[in-house]
Amino acid sequence: MSDTTQDGQVLTTQDGKPLKAALAKALRREKLRALMLIAPLLIFVLITFVAPIVDMLFRSVENGIVSETLPETVVALREWDPASGEAPDEAVFVALYNDMVIAVAEKTHTRLGSRLNYEQSGISSLFRKTGRRIKRMDEGGPFKDQFLSADKKWGDVATWQVLQQFSPSYTDGYFLNAFDAKRGAEGIELKPADERIYMFLFGRTLFLSIVITVSCLLLGYPIAFLLAALPLRTSNLLMILVLLPFWTSLLVRTSAWKVLLQQQGVINDFLVWANIISDSGRLVMINNQTGTIIAMTHILLPFMILPLYSVMKTISPTYVRAAKSLGANDWTAFWRVYFPQSVPGIGAGAVLVFILSIGYYITPELVGGTSGIFISNRIAYHISSSLNWGLAASLGTLLLVAVLVLFVVYDKIVGIDNVKLG
Amino acid sequence: MANTRGAAVKYDSVQKSYDGESLVVKNLNLDIPPGEFLTMLGPSGSGKTTCLMMLAGFEPATHGEIYLNDRPINNVPPHKRGIGMVFQNYALFPHMTVAENLAFPLQVRNVGKAEQQEKVQRALDMVELGSFGNRRPAQLSGGQQQRVAVARALVFDPELVLMDEPLGALDKQLREQMQYEIKHIHENLGVTVVYVTHDQTEALTMSDRVAVFNDGVIQQLSTPDDLYEDPQNSFVAQFIGENNKLNGKVVEIQGEECLVELGDGTKLKADRVNVASVGDMTTLSLRPERVEFDTHDSMDNLVDARIEELIYLGDHIRVRMNVAGNDEFIVKVRNRGERRTLNVGDTVPVGWALNDCKALDAVV
Amino acid sequence: MKLRTVILAGTAMAFASSAALATDLTLVSWGGAYQASQKNAYTDPYMKENPDINVIWDESSAEAVAKLRAMNEAGNVTWDLVDVVASDAIRLCDEGLAIEIDPATDLAAAPDGTSAADDFGDLLVSECFIPQIVYSTTFGYRSDVEEWGGKEPSNICDVFDLETFPGKRSLEKRPINNVEWALLCDGVPKEEVYNVLETEEGLARALAKLDTIKDNVVWWSAGAETPQLLADKEVVIGSTYNGRLFALIEEQKQPVKMLWDAQVFDLDGWIIPAGLPEDRLAATKKLVKYATDTQRLADQAKFISYGPARKSSAPLVGKHATLGIDMAPHMPTDPNNAKNTFLYNYEWWADYRDDIDAKFQAWLTQ
Repeated sequence: MSDTTQDGQVLTTQDGKPLKAALAKALRREKLRALMLIAPLLIFVLITFVAPIVDMLFRSVENGIVSETLPETVVALREWDPASGEAPDEAVFVALYNDMVIAVAEKTHTRLGSRLNYEQSGISSLFRKTGRRIKRMDEGGPFKDQFLSADKKWGDVATWQVLQQFSPSYTDGYFLNAFDAKRGAEGIELKPADERIYMFLFGRTLFLSIVITVSCLLLGYPIAFLLAALPLRTSNLLMILVLLPFWTSLLVRTSAWKVLLQQQGVINDFLVWANIISDSGRLVMINNQTGTIIAMTHILLPFMILPLYSVMKTISPTYVRAAKSLGANDWTAFWRVYFPQSVPGIGAGAVLVFILSIGYYITPELVGGTSGIFISNRIAYHISSSLNWGLAASLGTLLLVAVLVLFVVYDKIVGIDNVKLG
Repeated sequence: MANTRGAAVKYDSVQKSYDGESLVVKNLNLDIPPGEFLTMLGPSGSGKTTCLMMLAGFEPATHGEIYLNDRPINNVPPHKRGIGMVFQNYALFPHMTVAENLAFPLQVRNVGKAEQQEKVQRALDMVELGSFGNRRPAQLSGGQQQRVAVARALVFDPELVLMDEPLGALDKQLREQMQYEIKHIHENLGVTVVYVTHDQTEALTMSDRVAVFNDGVIQQLSTPDDLYEDPQNSFVAQFIGENNKLNGKVVEIQGEECLVELGDGTKLKADRVNVASVGDMTTLSLRPERVEFDTHDSMDNLVDARIEELIYLGDHIRVRMNVAGNDEFIVKVRNRGERRTLNVGDTVPVGWALNDCKALDAVV
Repeated sequence: MKLRTVILAGTAMAFASSAALATDLTLVSWGGAYQASQKNAYTDPYMKENPDINVIWDESSAEAVAKLRAMNEAGNVTWDLVDVVASDAIRLCDEGLAIEIDPATDLAAAPDGTSAADDFGDLLVSECFIPQIVYSTTFGYRSDVEEWGGKEPSNICDVFDLETFPGKRSLEKRPINNVEWALLCDGVPKEEVYNVLETEEGLARALAKLDTIKDNVVWWSAGAETPQLLADKEVVIGSTYNGRLFALIEEQKQPVKMLWDAQVFDLDGWIIPAGLPEDRLAATKKLVKYATDTQRLADQAKFISYGPARKSSAPLVGKHATLGIDMAPHMPTDPNNAKNTFLYNYEWWADYRDDIDAKFQAWLTQ
C-alpha cells in the first residue's frame, strides 16, 4: 500500500493534513483505550507470571554471594594462580580474616558455606567450623597458620580454586551442572558417568510425556467421538464420568491405583485367579514407568477429551453424510473428512497434555518408583530439600526452553493456528 | 426432456417412525419417472425431509420398500446408492479446496487422475466457477458455495440428485437466480432430481411435479399449475399461493357445481371439489386476482363488499374488503393506468366466475 | 475536631482490646498422630494456663525449609515455631533462617536443677535446635512369610540376605541411612563408616552392596508408605520411623515385628524462625520453654512411641493414653531395643549430602 494516488499525489484530508497521519491520530485514541482496558490483566500477568519467571531465570546465573560475603578475599585472590599447586599467601588470609569477622557477626558465613558446598563437599562445615574459631584467633596474625590450624582444608588448593572460580557475580556453574557438566582443569567437561543424571532425566521426561500424550489420544479420541455424537443429555452424563478424576483428591486416586496395580493388588489377583499368570509371575505395574504412564494418562485424559469434544461438537454430521452420499465408505468418510477436521482438537489436546505432563511431579513421585520419575521431581527436590535454588532454576529454565523449542517445532509441522480449544 | 439418463424412483407403502409411537411418514406411495424434477413441498415437520433421507439411505424405512430403477435399496448402504446430494448448508469439506471437494467422489471411485481433472474442470465450468478450483470453500460467497455443492453432487454422473433445501441460506435475489440455474442444469443433464423445500415459489418455479406434504401424507401430487388452479383440499389451497377463505354450508348440489350459503345468508355458486353431500360444512377458496370489480350480470357470483384498506404496490393494488362478514378478503387489482376511484369505506359490487371458487373441505 | 477525637479514641480502644484478647501463634508440624501428640502434651495444657495465647497448627513441616526461605526472602515470616528434623535445623541455621537459642535462658532446667544444656546433652546438635524427641529409623518385617521357613531376621544384614529371607524390601529414596547400613553389612566397622564413605571408593562400595538387593527394593518417600506396603504384603521387610511401626503393630495388630538392630537415631525438635517481631518472639520463647520442659516431653510419650529428648524425662514415661500399654519397651532408647544402634553424623551429612545425593540418585535411575 502506498499513500499516494496513481499520479503521485499525497492523499490529504480537507484541511490539507496527510490522510495517513490523520488516520493514525484517530486510531491512537482507540489504541489507548484498548490498552487501558487490558491494563489490569497485563499488570496482573506481569506481576504474577512474568516477574517470577524472570526471577527464576536470573537465579540460575546469579552468584553475588561470594563477592558480597568475602569482598576483600575475592580481590586478593585474583593474583593467585591455582597452577602453582600451593595455597595463597598470607595476604589473602588477612583479607579472609577481615571478611570472616564481619561475616560471622552478620551470620552470613554459613550461608556462603552451604552455597559453595554445592560445588565441593566439605566447604559447609569448613565455614561453620572456622566461624566458631574466628573469635578466638589472634588479631595480630599471622593468619595463615591460624586458619590452617582451625581446619587444614584451608591449605588445600581445591578449596581456594572453588572460591576463585565462583567469585564473579554471575556463574554458568548451575547450567553446567544441569547439563551434567563441570568446569575441570581443561575447560568444560562432562561429569563422571556415575553422577550424570539430568540429561538422562530430561530425555526420559520427554519420552514419557510423549507416551502419555499418545495414550491419552488413543483412549480419548473414541470417547470424545462418542460424546460428540450422542444427544446432549446422555453426553452430559458421560462427561461427568470423564471429569470424575478432577474431583477426586490426589491421595484417594493414588491409593486407588495402588490397590489396583500393586503386585498383591486387584488386577494381579484377578489374573492369578484366572490362571493367566502364575503366582510367582505377578506383574509389576506400579512404582515404575508403567505406573507413571497409567496414572498420568488417567489424570490427564480429561485435558485431551475436552478440547477434542468441543472441536468435534462443531463438526456437523452432514459432512460425513455428504461424504457417504458421494460414495465414501464409513472408514474413508471418517479418515478423509471427519478426522482432518478434528485435527485442531488433537493439536490442542496434545499440546495441553504434553505440557502438563512435562511439568508433573507429584504423581510420578508417588507411583513412579525410580524408573518413572521426571526431571520435575529433581527440581522439586532442589527447591524444597537441598535448597539449591540456583540449580533448580537452571533446570527449570532448560525445561522451559525445551517446551518452547517443541512448541516452535510443533508450529512448523502442524501450525499453531491449527489448534482449537472449542 | 431432451436426453433422459435419469433414474426411476418408487416408494412403495413406506412408513417411518422414530419413536415407535407416532408415524412421521404415513404409507407413502410415490412413483418418480426418469428425468423428472420432483419437489417435496411442505411445512417443517411434514415428513418431506425424512422421505428424502430414506431415499439417500441415512434413515432406514420402518416399513415398506424404496426402489431405484426397480431395484430395492433398503439394504444398500448410502455410499453404494450412487445418489448425488446437495445439503442445506452445502456441507463442502472445509479442509479441502474446491477442486479437491469435487475430486473426492471420483477418488473414492478410483477414477484415474487425468479423468478426475477433466471431470472436475467440466463440472466447475458448468457452474461457471472454472477458475475457482484452488480456493477454499470459506473463501467463496454463499452463491458460489452453493454452485460448488451442486457441481460436486453431479461430478460423478449420478442418475439421481437429491437436494435438501439447498437455497435456504441465500438471500432472495440470489435464490431466484439459483433456481433458474438449477433448473437449466437439470434440463441439460436430464437427471432425476428430488428437491425438498418449504418455499412454494421455489417449488412452482422449478418442478415438473410437486408433492405437497402435510402430517406425513402427500396431500396432492401434481404439476405446479394444477396445484395452483385445482387444489384438492384446503391445505393445498392455502399453502400454495394466496387465497381467500369463506366458510359456509352446502345447500344444493348439481353435478360438478354446488350452492353454498355463508354465515350471513349470502349464497354463492362454487366448483364442487371435495364436498360429499348437502348440509356439509365447506370452505370456499378463491384467488385474490380472480375477483373482478368490473362486474356484469352474467357473472356466476356477485356480492357487495366494503373497502377496508388500500395498499398501493405498483404493479397492482391490494384491496382488503369485507365480504359477507369476512374482513380479511383480499382483492388484487391490476394497475392498468386508469385511476380507479376506490375509497376506503365505499361499498362496491364484486364478482367472480363459478370455476374460480372451489368448495373444499371445511377448516375451522 | 471532636469527631476526630472520638474516632481516634475508639480505634485505640479497639486495638487495645484486641491485643488483650489473644495472641495467635502459628506452630508448624508434621500432621497426623505426631502433631496430635504435641497438641495433647504441650499446647492444650499451655492454652489452658495462658488463655491469651491461641495456637494455630500448620502441617507443613515437610516443606518447612523451602517455605521458610521463601518467607524470609519475601520479608514476611508468618510462622512462629517450626518442628523440623535435626538436619533441617542445621541447614536453616546455616542459612540464617532460624535464630540461635541460649539453653541457659531459653530452656527450662530439669526439676532436679540440672541445666538444660546438660539435660539435653549432645542432642543439642545445632545452636538453633531445641530437641523434642529421639526417634529411630529401623526395620519392620512380616512374621508370617512362608518362604522363610520359620526363620526371622535378627540382624541388620539379614535385610541384604535374599537367600534366607527372599521377598521385597522397602527403603527410603535417599542415601542417608541406606549407605551406612550397606557399609556395615559389607564389613566396615561402625566407627569407620563415615571415614570410608568420604572416599569415592567407599560410596561405590556402599552402592555395590545395595546393588545386590536393588531389584527387590520398593523405594519410599513418605513415612506412611512402608507400613502400608507391609500391611499389603507388597514387601516383607521395610525401613521407616519406629513410631509408624508401633502404630502398625500395636494399633492395627498386623503380623509385623520390629528389627531394632542397627537402628539409626535421629532427632526432631523446634526451631524459631528468624525475623519475628519482638512481641511474637517473646510469646514464642515463653511457649517453647514450657513445651520442652521435663514433664511435657515425658507426657508426649503417652501418645506416641518416640523417646523424650531430655534425660530427666525418661523415668516419667508412663502408659499409652488409650491403649494402656507400657510405653517404655517401645521407646527406641529402651536398653533392650538399643543394644546395637548407629549414630547418625549430622555434621558429616551436612557436608556430603549434596554430593552423595546426586550420585545416589544417578545410581537409582541406572
